[in-house]
Amino acid sequence: MSSVAHAEGHDHKPEGFLNRWLFTTNHKDIGTLYLVFSLTMFIIGGAMAMVIRAELFMPGMQLVDPAFFNQMTTMHALIMVFGAVMPAFVGLANWMIPMMIGAPDMALPRMNNWSFWILPFAFTMLLSTLFMDGGAPAAGWTLYPPLVLQGGNSFAFAIFAVHLLGISSIMGAINIIATILNLRAPGMNLLNMPLFVWTWLITAFLLIAVMPVLAGGVTMLLTDKFFGTSFFNAAGGGDPVMYQHIFWFFGHPEVYIMILPAFGVVSEILPTFSRKPLFGYTSMVYASASIAFLSFIVWSHHMFTVGMPLGGELFFMYATMVIAVPTGVKIFNWVATMWKGAMTFETPMLFAIGFVIMFTIGGFSGLMLAIAPADFQYHDTYFVVAHFHYVLVTGAVFAIMAGVYYWLPKWTGHMYDERLGKIHFWWSTIAVNVLFFPQHFLGLAGMPRRIPDYSLQFAEFNMISSIGGFAFGLAQIFFVYIVWKTVKGGQPAEARAWEGAKGLEWTVPSPAPHHTFETPPEIKPDMIAHPSNAH
Amino acid sequence: MTTADRYYVPHGSHWPIVGTFGMLTLVIGLANLFNGHDWGQYLAYVGVASILFMLWGWFGDQIHESLKGLYSKQVDVSYRMGMTWFIFSEVMFFAAFFGALFYTREYAIPWLGGEGAGAWTNFVLWNGYEATWPSNGPAGIGGEFETIPAWGVPFLNTLILLTSGLTITLAHWAVKKQKQLQQVLWLAATVALGATFLYFQAHEYMEAYTELNLTLGSGIYGSTFFMLTGFHGLHVTLGTIMLIVITFRAAKGHFTPENHFAFEAVAWYWHFVDVVWLGLFIFVYVL
Repeated sequence: MSSVAHAEGHDHKPEGFLNRWLFTTNHKDIGTLYLVFSLTMFIIGGAMAMVIRAELFMPGMQLVDPAFFNQMTTMHALIMVFGAVMPAFVGLANWMIPMMIGAPDMALPRMNNWSFWILPFAFTMLLSTLFMDGGAPAAGWTLYPPLVLQGGNSFAFAIFAVHLLGISSIMGAINIIATILNLRAPGMNLLNMPLFVWTWLITAFLLIAVMPVLAGGVTMLLTDKFFGTSFFNAAGGGDPVMYQHIFWFFGHPEVYIMILPAFGVVSEILPTFSRKPLFGYTSMVYASASIAFLSFIVWSHHMFTVGMPLGGELFFMYATMVIAVPTGVKIFNWVATMWKGAMTFETPMLFAIGFVIMFTIGGFSGLMLAIAPADFQYHDTYFVVAHFHYVLVTGAVFAIMAGVYYWLPKWTGHMYDERLGKIHFWWSTIAVNVLFFPQHFLGLAGMPRRIPDYSLQFAEFNMISSIGGFAFGLAQIFFVYIVWKTVKGGQPAEARAWEGAKGLEWTVPSPAPHHTFETPPEIKPDMIAHPSNAH
Repeated sequence: MTTADRYYVPHGSHWPIVGTFGMLTLVIGLANLFNGHDWGQYLAYVGVASILFMLWGWFGDQIHESLKGLYSKQVDVSYRMGMTWFIFSEVMFFAAFFGALFYTREYAIPWLGGEGAGAWTNFVLWNGYEATWPSNGPAGIGGEFETIPAWGVPFLNTLILLTSGLTITLAHWAVKKQKQLQQVLWLAATVALGATFLYFQAHEYMEAYTELNLTLGSGIYGSTFFMLTGFHGLHVTLGTIMLIVITFRAAKGHFTPENHFAFEAVAWYWHFVDVVWLGLFIFVYVL
């Protein structure tokens, strides 16, 4: 590559498809790549969920053999976690953070390109295992030994895919931290930043802290299988339970990696459509940081039934419950933001309110699971499945959709079709509750997870759940259509696409020019999204 | 946080995609090799070569742009933050393996030996096994072995790495005082110390495998010992290569008292590797 300085002061995009997309250093183009990739993975992972729900539509073995069913549950989770939810938030971060803080781009634009382009290749490799002898990994996304070590040829590919995804996430997170800490325009102090920026700063820290631990853990799996080490082999002095500790030391912060940016998105949207400043901005920041801190000391609540000493059970039970306090602060602040606001209910607002209500349901079932003695009953049942789908689908995914509807006008320059958006919301919300709410009852009645067949007494609720699942799946195809339609055309969006929207990103034209700020913008008080000292 | 009058945004680059190709080829090659296909190794070589090519080209671009004075103070700070957080991620990577060492020593081994709730496990499954350290587990996987005493070569290696921390600091002072010859000499000394460390480490590994019957397969002791020291050795190797690169750059006069971040990044990395070794020396060798 030639090394001339970037020719500044122009807005034309790079010539040619490869230059524009493959070699890009532009945060908006990379953000778009992330979002399109995430949507693709969401559809693929969703198709796998449809296979699962189709098999579970009726008791007995219907469509797929049990081995393939296990591959579906494993791959569905890996794809949704690492391929759909995380890249979607990184895509939102890429698009919005530089515009929200007055930066020209991400701090390390070439590395930004690298962190994205690893993903499609890593997932192609992971998906290719479906066609190998013995099929895709089937031991669950948590990859617990000894089961995972008994897998076929896909094992090594799955481990290396996790390594690559980890490298991608770490580079992405380093970039986001450097951008936020180093590239803010003068006047954009830390406590002036939009909450989406704050939650991403904290998320990025979590990513750098835990992705390497996962990399270490799966490396031990690899050497246990291929190089004769005994990390997870009791005969050699190791312990399979140790893997669970390592995994969940990563895994619990990981679930907050998937929800903190969602908190940020919702905290941007609620004030806009309530036409009031965010209630308790500073307490939101501190609550996010507390949640992040606590996420490091609660991991064993995923393993209450594994045979821990009593002291461990008690510590992890109480530590987990403490998380309800900062989370409660957040829910309170969101409700107080809407209180007596001049509210309107455009699609982003509907998804944000849906998030607040349904994420809270997921939070409460989480509290139930935190009670160690009760968890002995719930563990590995559909109650757990219902819980984490409430926090991840009606939580994280709903927040992503809220964010997409909220910022689509800024990205495309077009307003989406409001009527279709509202249909999408109500269709999804009804379907998702039909899908996941009955799973609580199934779990409480004792139906285990990750089983392709079940006893007859579970039949009705499973059928209802599957019908909800198909309806929810179909609603997301409709979502793809709405997005496509908005990209192609629609009512032109103003710079400030929403009447009540505050913040720097609404001062630039819609669609946002290829390069936003070539010199640091001057931050005026009305450009600050959440004036924290507002009276 | 730093501010700039004008922002700097680099133009596009094809190096990231070359790096992605290299990493993917490497892991596909290794996975096939592990699955018993010998041809996988050739794919892995192609992967490694592509990654090296990418590093050469990408860093080359960076050096070129830096020497042309394209990087502002703000870009410099971004690089510093990037390196800092990268090292933090490395710390967490090692934390996983130290964690495995502590967990097995503090919990897994005593439980297998019948402590606490492990009484029945011990009585029924591993009757007669007594918890000790070092241990290759109740089944004695890998057979009898001896350990490497801390106060021989490992202690010498500790002194070598600590000295190398001193020499690289002296090189840094030379950069700041613009004394090029001293710069190169102290860097060369650091490289030599790093290489000596690696030589001794390789020698220890040979001895462990040939005379002590201490291998990667020696139960949990062998696993933690070789994975911790092995990944550390890998990082020392990487650090030494980085040192060699900046020694050549120092000889070419690339570093000025104001602009020598590449030097500092390598120095930080070297100190990090040093600190990890101190942890290893205490928890793997001494205790």
